[in-house]
Amino acid sequence: MSRIGVFTCHCGENIGATVDCVKVAEMCKDIPGVVHSVEYKYMCSDPGQRQMQEAIKEHKLDGVVVAACSPRMHEPTFRRAAGDAGINPYMCEMANLREHCSWVHEKGEATTQKAADLIRVLVEKVKHNEPLHPIKVPVTRTAMVIGGGVGGIQVALDIANGGHKVVLVEKSPSIGGHMSQLSETFPTLDCSQCILTPRMVEAAQHPNITLMTYSEVEKVDGFIGNFKVTVRKKARKLDEHLCTGCGLCIQKCPNKKISDEFNEGLGTRTAIYVPFPQAVPNKPVIDTLNCTYYKTGKCKVCEKMCPTNAIRFDQEDELVTLDIGAIVLATGFKLMKTDAFPEYGYGKHKDIIDGMQFERLASASGPTSGVMKRPSDGRSPETVVFIACSGSRDRAKGVPYCSKICCMYTAKHAMLYKHKVHSGKAYVFYMDIRAAGKDYDEFVRRAIEEDEVKYIRGRVSKIYEEDGKLIVMGADTLMGGEPVVIKADMVVLATAVQSNDRSEELAQTLHVSYDSYGFFAEAHPKLRPVETNTAGIFLAGACQAPRDIPETVAQASGAAAKVVGLFSNEELTREPIVAVVNRQAAPVYSTCVGCFICQGACPYQAIEQEEIMARSGEVIMTLARINPGLCQGCGTCVATCRTKAIDLQGFSNEQLYAELMTL
Amino acid sequence: MNSGSHHDHHEDTLAWRIQQATGVKLAHCYQCGKCAAGCPVADQMDLPPCQVFRMLQYGLPEYDKRVLESEGIWLCLACETCSTRCPQEVEIPKVMDFIRGEALRLNLAHPRSRDILAFHRAFLDSIEYTGRLYEVGLVADYKVRSRHFLKDVMLAPKMYVKGKLGLLPHLIKNRRGMKHLFKHTIGKG
Repeated sequence: MSRIGVFTCHCGENIGATVDCVKVAEMCKDIPGVVHSVEYKYMCSDPGQRQMQEAIKEHKLDGVVVAACSPRMHEPTFRRAAGDAGINPYMCEMANLREHCSWVHEKGEATTQKAADLIRVLVEKVKHNEPLHPIKVPVTRTAMVIGGGVGGIQVALDIANGGHKVVLVEKSPSIGGHMSQLSETFPTLDCSQCILTPRMVEAAQHPNITLMTYSEVEKVDGFIGNFKVTVRKKARKLDEHLCTGCGLCIQKCPNKKISDEFNEGLGTRTAIYVPFPQAVPNKPVIDTLNCTYYKTGKCKVCEKMCPTNAIRFDQEDELVTLDIGAIVLATGFKLMKTDAFPEYGYGKHKDIIDGMQFERLASASGPTSGVMKRPSDGRSPETVVFIACSGSRDRAKGVPYCSKICCMYTAKHAMLYKHKVHSGKAYVFYMDIRAAGKDYDEFVRRAIEEDEVKYIRGRVSKIYEEDGKLIVMGADTLMGGEPVVIKADMVVLATAVQSNDRSEELAQTLHVSYDSYGFFAEAHPKLRPVETNTAGIFLAGACQAPRDIPETVAQASGAAAKVVGLFSNEELTREPIVAVVNRQAAPVYSTCVGCFICQGACPYQAIEQEEIMARSGEVIMTLARINPGLCQGCGTCVATCRTKAIDLQGFSNEQLYAELMTL
Repeated sequence: MNSGSHHDHHEDTLAWRIQQATGVKLAHCYQCGKCAAGCPVADQMDLPPCQVFRMLQYGLPEYDKRVLESEGIWLCLACETCSTRCPQEVEIPKVMDFIRGEALRLNLAHPRSRDILAFHRAFLDSIEYTGRLYEVGLVADYKVRSRHFLKDVMLAPKMYVKGKLGLLPHLIKNRRGMKHLFKHTIGKG
């Protein structure tokens, strides 16, 4: 027979004003199994807790029901107190008399009765409680950061500086990401490369960081603290250890007319190339799609020229499997292209460019060495129109959200243009100016007031070409929608920020959730912004939502802190509220029939197939097994199980039936 | 001067002349509309103050002309409610005053400006000669200037009975000083 104690709390007036707590405590004494029942003004206070602990010892209680506030509020408090008094903490349960009774009902007999009923239900549950023990999971203290942009670099550096190993995986040949392509950065106009490249070099040289550039994550198995990640190292077609980065191969490569991705198609590169001179690592890659050797079987000029014989035409992709304790996703974004705009000429006008192309035009390291030349004929553009919200906040284009960074970079672009072409006219068409950030609005006002950029509120409806000019047709909604026509030499579209290519595929590989636009979902929009719903996988930067550099770096440091926190323990302790498949001795083994409906239902991929073997080694049956490291205790598998073979520890079917049957 | 001085084409715009004469930079206006919202005569204006500013910001001849020809600029009372409340500290009445001067100079002033101007002149005449407001003199002066001889005449007896119309002016002591003041300000312009 159970020896259960009931402790009813007044919670000051919160419960006491509507529920007759003294009467409830009296009523509880009659519940079978209850040997002790008292009430107190504040059970959560020190004297309250001590009263409970003394009662546990004095009356030799084996279970406790605290009738007070929500378990969300004080369950850890009372379980700790019960544990300290010598009983298993999971033998302590809370009846929620505040949120479920006193706060939602009038004072009266029925309310008091309901309070007693709530306690009776929980007493029945405690009778069926089993002592539970926290789950311990070992932790591999190596982190993987996916994406080598400014966010990924920051995460890697912060974790590495915390004393843990980091593997930084980047799909392109160099780390640096979008930031390495930018000319200058808002709101301070400091040179993007000048502040980024030292970080890139620091990451490459850090003893705790392993760079894996030109590599992509193929497969992720395991769970928090114990991931197994398979990475595809794409063949650079050269031996990285032998290559010194002298660049002779690049100079001699005869195939020089390939559109340059780093310059957003505004320049050309060779078939063997480094994306940009400051690339890290500074080792070239052969673009096999455009290399003459791979197309015709002849050439090999680079191989002949290489002073260290580093070229390997027969090199294959390599698959590497790594033990990883935590993963940070920092895969960034992509920009919508100008061809997505029928009304702006489907991208067929060379002088209608996107924001990133403008960055390359304005960059000292760009194809024009920072001199303003329009792409079509190289003339200096005298009138430039910038169009904010190109594709953003546009349901028709499938992007109803605000891309967040365009207001600022458009102001920056217009400003940079005016600094480079003093006599030029810059017009910005905008819908709203969203410049929320330190010194951001001041920056936009500076563009308007000091650099005399003309801001016109309204969307541009059409652009067409006439006599070498781009005719931009807009309207000024601040003048009652009066039509505005501007004859421009160049138009810059601040196109929408979108989730990166293959982000959904990556999310599925990692089992993290993503929104309908392909951005990875955070665990809680306010309180858990850098965590995903999958334990041990974190987020940084624009892979979650459009972000600017300061926000990305801040979030990156936040994610790094989470990883370092996780790595501060050798073992992880988790709540034992997980599902288990019942197991029995032979010849029954389990009521599980191995239908694996639960496996498909589990949102956390926590259910695996386990083979039961006879002594002879023959497989007798295949049963479901739940990995306690991955299980989040949601109970979906319990509901789907056809043979009731699965129970959620602490919320077993037996316990729930007992609760219901007592009512 | 800021980078604006690079732009020679700006010099023939009204905005440029306003900046030269008053020091007010039109780009400072961010079109919040608070000036129009508080203006006691905005509902009578064809172009409320914020619209005047928006048009001037373009620096286009057709918009400049529309501003110079507008009636609204003449209705501005220079009460300074707008500039007192303007978050960007733009001195709107100062700009309005300059635009009115430009409208007269370029012969573009709205027809209704004649009466308003007549009133301003009559008012200043009164100040110049008596040193303060001399109602009967002002009314007479205005009627001569505007030629609205009979308008509101029936109000006069009532006002006289209530002692609102002194037949003789009250003169200030130092009238020569006032003359001197006028000579050195309006007389100069």
